[in-house]
Amino acid sequence: MWKRDEAVRQPAVPTNDAAAAVAPAAATQATRPDPLQTMKSQTGRDVVNIGKSVVIKGELNGSEDLTIEGHVEGKIELREHVLTIGPNGRIKAELFAKSVVVLGEVIGNVIASEKVDIRENGSVEGDITSPRVAIAEGAHFRGSVDMANKGKAVAGPRPAEVRPQPQAVAAPQAVAQAQKVG
Amino acid sequence: MLWDSRNKARNDAAAPAAALADEGQLFPTKALRKFLACLTSRESPVLMDLGPVVGSNVTFFGERLGCKIILEDLFGDLERHTRSAVETPFADFLKGRFKHEAGSVDGILCWNFFDYLEPAAATLLAGSLTRLLRPDGALLAFFTTVGVSDARFSKYVIMDEDSLKQKPYSSSGKRQIALPNRDIIRMFEGLKVAESFLLKTNIREFLFRKPPGKL
Repeated sequence: MWKRDEAVRQPAVPTNDAAAAVAPAAATQATRPDPLQTMKSQTGRDVVNIGKSVVIKGELNGSEDLTIEGHVEGKIELREHVLTIGPNGRIKAELFAKSVVVLGEVIGNVIASEKVDIRENGSVEGDITSPRVAIAEGAHFRGSVDMANKGKAVAGPRPAEVRPQPQAVAAPQAVAQAQKVG
Repeated sequence: MLWDSRNKARNDAAAPAAALADEGQLFPTKALRKFLACLTSRESPVLMDLGPVVGSNVTFFGERLGCKIILEDLFGDLERHTRSAVETPFADFLKGRFKHEAGSVDGILCWNFFDYLEPAAATLLAGSLTRLLRPDGALLAFFTTVGVSDARFSKYVIMDEDSLKQKPYSSSGKRQIALPNRDIIRMFEGLKVAESFLLKTNIREFLFRKPPGKL
């Protein structure tokens, strides 16, 4: 039971340790041979796990968190959920999700409304569009990163700015940005 | 206390070069702040980084500038090219390297890549980058003042606007050439030297700007 809980929690709050991500999944597979597993996380959210032996070609849509350890080619859309590419995951697809965590390999563009996190040994070849991007040391990345939307909103005061703008113009901008954040 | 002092002594004795090399060397930068200043006035600028991917740098620029960052690891390309020992000069490889439109990039970070290039490749790359830069765009490059026959590539980790950490990372060494100032300026024909700094660390920082209205 304890092991199963761990496996459920994994995709929602992924750890830094790639090995830890595999172990619980493997343990779960031992009890349930079905490579496509659906479980209930502690938060009550459904989490689907696509096992190592699964190969999917085409479009994958969903409304729950998903962890992929298999091969997917095509397009993956989880607009409101977390997509985790496990250490064994091999993806050749366009990814759309709220949050994407990569521990395996992705070839294709990644678009996330919240965050893209490429962990150590994770690999992405493609363009990333997301307000927050974290690339760990040891990760492989080739492409471009577009953080344009969020960047201006979260940026603090800019001491390096050399072109002073008139107060009357600068102040309303600051207010507008603060409103966006809040 | 005894445990601490023993540990400290052991660490001091063993720490040394390897650990320090991993940690990297911290040094001040004067040009980075100016480079950022050139870009902050722009709405969603496009930045090109020719160095190896450094996650914290991506975060830094993303949060400061809200920009699009194009990562082109030329150090990796050069290392692979050197290892493969192909006859084709690196300059030829560079010819078809950049597919981006002319004038599509607001800022380019070259780090010290030019130190490792033969004159033909350096001139070709400088020309390509000048073409890519948008009018009024900025290009930041470092040049050594001391040539080294077997220098490892370094990645530059931005600590803040005024300091960088230089972390050697490549396994193989490459000749690092100290280019004279006049050659550097000639190489970037079409750009103007906006700022240049000679640091105590034997690094010359050059900030180039593309004149407004010139594509």
